[in-house]
Amino acid sequence: MKNLADQIGYSQKVMEHFMNPHNVGVIESPDGYGKVGNPVCGDLMEIFIKVKENVIEDIRFRTFGCGSAIATSSMVTDLARGKTLEEAMKITRDDVATELEGLPPRKMHCSNLAADALHAAIEDYREKQKKA
Amino acid sequence: MEERIYLDHAAAMPVHPEVARFGRRFPDGFVGNPSTIYQEGLQAQETLAAAREKVAALVGASAPDSIIFTGGATESNNIAIRGTALRNRKSGKNVVASTIEHISVLNPAKDLQKSGFSLTLAPVDRYGTIDLAALAAAVTPETVVTSVHYANNEIGTIEPIREVAEIVHDRGGLLHVDAADAAGRIPINVKRDGIDLLTLSGNQLGGPDGIGALYIRPGVRVQPVIVGGGQERGLRPGTENVFSIACMGEAARLAKEEMPEESKRLAAIRDRLIAGITEIEEAYLTGHPTMRLPHHASFRFSRIEGESIQLAMNLLGIAVATGSACTSRTLEASHVLLAIGLAHEEAHGSMVATLGRENSEDEVPRIVGAIEETVKRLRAITPL
Repeated sequence: MKNLADQIGYSQKVMEHFMNPHNVGVIESPDGYGKVGNPVCGDLMEIFIKVKENVIEDIRFRTFGCGSAIATSSMVTDLARGKTLEEAMKITRDDVATELEGLPPRKMHCSNLAADALHAAIEDYREKQKKA
Repeated sequence: MEERIYLDHAAAMPVHPEVARFGRRFPDGFVGNPSTIYQEGLQAQETLAAAREKVAALVGASAPDSIIFTGGATESNNIAIRGTALRNRKSGKNVVASTIEHISVLNPAKDLQKSGFSLTLAPVDRYGTIDLAALAAAVTPETVVTSVHYANNEIGTIEPIREVAEIVHDRGGLLHVDAADAAGRIPINVKRDGIDLLTLSGNQLGGPDGIGALYIRPGVRVQPVIVGGGQERGLRPGTENVFSIACMGEAARLAKEEMPEESKRLAAIRDRLIAGITEIEEAYLTGHPTMRLPHHASFRFSRIEGESIQLAMNLLGIAVATGSACTSRTLEASHVLLAIGLAHEEAHGSMVATLGRENSEDEVPRIVGAIEETVKRLRAITPL
């Protein structure tokens, strides 16, 4: 049996999202924008959202990073699209990893920032609403 | 499905077909125990002696007994660094190594600090060439052993070993050279080069895994790192891995014989790869442009990350290496790329191609095309 701590390979699902990531790109003048990580650590991701009547109507991302950084970004945009802001805030890193049929243990923390980027985008939207 | 192209020979090499054929001389891999005096044992002794001669000949060592066989280059490096420093501690308690040595040199050197040794790291320039002036300042009469590799596995740079040897010997110390990546690719001569201890890897010569050698200049004293029976002059106790040793010996013989032709052939492929890949926007060669191993081409690409490059290239049928932190067990950026002055984000975007026997010049367009495609795809996603 594979020693999990040594597992390096990715699931089929991760590879699918890595090769054909969903919702790549930017939204011009987004309602919310979130950015997490930094290039020094090797992972940087940004998420753009368009919100209509409290629902995430459109979502896009751009990511610099490893396979799991790209796949988790893609997955989180799939999960959040069409959700209310409250529902989207409840999406966790674990949810993203589970939907991807798991991530190598070493990747669970460093390259699984996509949910954080989503939450940052929603918070940015809420801040802007307060000011408006 | 297109055939795969394997470009990570620095990580693992296929066994040379002639070595595989040679190995069939030993049915079931059985050779006998060389510590015995019946026929099988005597044959094993002869097999060992023949392998020692072949390995000695590859590196210009005149006494075959100056070669001991080990379980691989990591073991050789450990015996060389720890065994030499500890045995000669009365003549000083300092060890010097270049900043870009393999981890199997740096870690035993660091570990010696627990035994009261100091460790001085000698810097390299932006090509990875050791700074000789800094080395001259780092090595003192207190320095027992200095370790500088013949060539680097991540950036391919070949070091000026003869100049290094002069500096080390002027101060009365011993020079250890890790030649795991250089042996069989470029000519090495321990006498001409002034090398006291030299590490060799069996697999990197085209032999099997799990076997290596250490040259120890006659007269240099080394103490065992592991203790047991008296095999390999007591420095690598345990029944000899005669089958693998025999195959490593044959690999060394073939490497010596084929090196002039094969290195020229690989260098031509390397140069075409470098020319093609550095045409790509924001793609740069890492390591020295000319003083580099003939089979080694290494690069970095701005704004994208190495593990992604590796994954995408794999799906295009090509195996390459990367120094990206995301592929290392420790998740730390390559110490080699940082030491040549790259920023962390630059070090993340590295890719290494190391060529071997089965690669051909015909593969170059497909490799360059795959890299172009990969870089384009990843740059379309990057926020940088």
